[in-house]
Amino acid sequence: MSDTFYNEILTDHNIHPMHKHELPDANYTLEGVNPSCGDDIVLKLKVEDDVIVDGAYVGQGCAISQASADIMLDLIIGKNKEEALELADIFMRMIKEKISEEELERLEEAGALSNVSHMPARVKCAVLGWRTLNEMFTKEDE
Amino acid sequence: MTEEDKRILADFPILKDKDIVYLDSTATSQKPESVLKAMDSYYRHDNANPLRGLYELSVKATEDYENAREAVRAFINANSTTEIVFTRNATESLNLVAVSYAETFLKEGDEILITVMEHHSNMLPWQQAAKKTGAVLKYIECEMDGKITEEKYLSYLTDKTKIVSMAHVSNVFGCENEIKRFASLAHERGAIFIADGAQSVPHVPVDVKDLDVDFLAFSGHKMLSGMGIGVLYGKEKYLDKMPPFLYGGEMIEYVTLEGATYAELPHKFEAGTVNAGAAVGLHAAIDYINNIGFDVIKRREDYLTDLCLTKLEDIPHIHVIGDKNHDNHHGIITFTIDDVHPHDVAAILDSHGICVRAGHHCAQPLMKYLGVMSTTRASLSFYNTEEDIERFAEALKVIRREMGYSE
Ligand SMILES: Cc1ncc(COP(=O)(O)O)c(C=O)c1O
Repeated sequence: MSDTFYNEILTDHNIHPMHKHELPDANYTLEGVNPSCGDDIVLKLKVEDDVIVDGAYVGQGCAISQASADIMLDLIIGKNKEEALELADIFMRMIKEKISEEELERLEEAGALSNVSHMPARVKCAVLGWRTLNEMFTKEDE
Repeated sequence: MTEEDKRILADFPILKDKDIVYLDSTATSQKPESVLKAMDSYYRHDNANPLRGLYELSVKATEDYENAREAVRAFINANSTTEIVFTRNATESLNLVAVSYAETFLKEGDEILITVMEHHSNMLPWQQAAKKTGAVLKYIECEMDGKITEEKYLSYLTDKTKIVSMAHVSNVFGCENEIKRFASLAHERGAIFIADGAQSVPHVPVDVKDLDVDFLAFSGHKMLSGMGIGVLYGKEKYLDKMPPFLYGGEMIEYVTLEGATYAELPHKFEAGTVNAGAAVGLHAAIDYINNIGFDVIKRREDYLTDLCLTKLEDIPHIHVIGDKNHDNHHGIITFTIDDVHPHDVAAILDSHGICVRAGHHCAQPLMKYLGVMSTTRASLSFYNTEEDIERFAEALKVIRREMGYSE
């Protein structure tokens, strides 16, 4: 079989996403778009006392952008904002450069996307959800 | 592999050296040894700034450059080399007409007519020209398979139409527009006709006298030559009255502090140092095409296109866009696969060593019109083989499974 980054974790999250739905009581909503390839997600979070108690996304795009957003939500629901931002930072460093073993462990399933770093054109697909998350929380502090 | 396949492949170093199936010739073609050698030899033996130096070497460089122009003239059967302007690519050629012709001669209320299937390069320059002059830009809607009937065309053509510009062959459907008939109908109403030949000139004989188009734009890199050389053919009567497109060296006869007298055609439109190396490459590319012959090129491309379409039609979940008639594709096969995004299709094909394009193919309005976000496009050329098509079709069959679908 050929060597692709489409492993089971990725394809599974793409075909059967847990978090791809509306979230009527979300108090944070932000759209993230990759204009050149048309990936488009709207990230919705419900945050109480700085803790992400629920989250979802809607949108369309390639398997990498969609699965990555779904995996991200798995990871950040139940965490506080600061932890979520830290994970986003680790994820983006994993895609763009290198991270330590401990850091990789903290990413859990999201580590399955590390191979995307070999495909420069797909990096923006993988980081779309994470970039949107980062923007959501950092912009409000400004 | 046939003997003919082997002979042709031997001419293309990149295809010989790499275990890839190259199916993106619509984006850019691969280059034969003879073109690479010609460009290398120009820089190795003849290089000087053409049209400038008063010494032997520059005269030789000028000769090489002007010989390339003559080769282009003969290739498209233009009357004279004064009608052949070298540009960077088809995009620049189309911009040149939009700026120097349309922006000079159009008035408010005039109409420019293009189609929804145009490449952005034959759309944005006209949007701009319309904005600047107050002319109205109209888009002919094609059928879902790319067809534009004469009846449809006539319903858009009015006495106000001053410019019609359309692709000779569409880079998404691969279908051919009836340029000859459409040009003649435009002329009857006093409009000029521009053909975007980026996807036709590499694949079919194009005779500007027979088609009677007023302008023809195409790119060298899509027809075996190096990047950075394009052509604008224009009838002399129009080129003559158009102002320069860019200003600077080489395009003037005489300069004073107040102004300048412009150089003769075609140099009026070739400001600055030209891409002589790529022009020499284009000359070699034309020689290569003439040598192998359009009859062989067309036979091979038609055969492979038919084979490919036949195979794709048998694979579940694949939907090909364009004419049901396999002969109207010019090597271009655009398709979607159920539930798999084109970028994922292209990535998986890449893991099988197959190069295809995915996205909107610089035709976003067309994608919207067809109701798809984006598509995957395989485009082949005479240097592809039956084995390439087999490998492509086999890889397509496993894509949905690789993406986690049960069938
Ligand atoms: C129909 C058509 N027109 C114009 C162009 C633009 O060509 P270039 O990028 O070489 O200017 C292309 C290239 O894909 C094309 O397919």
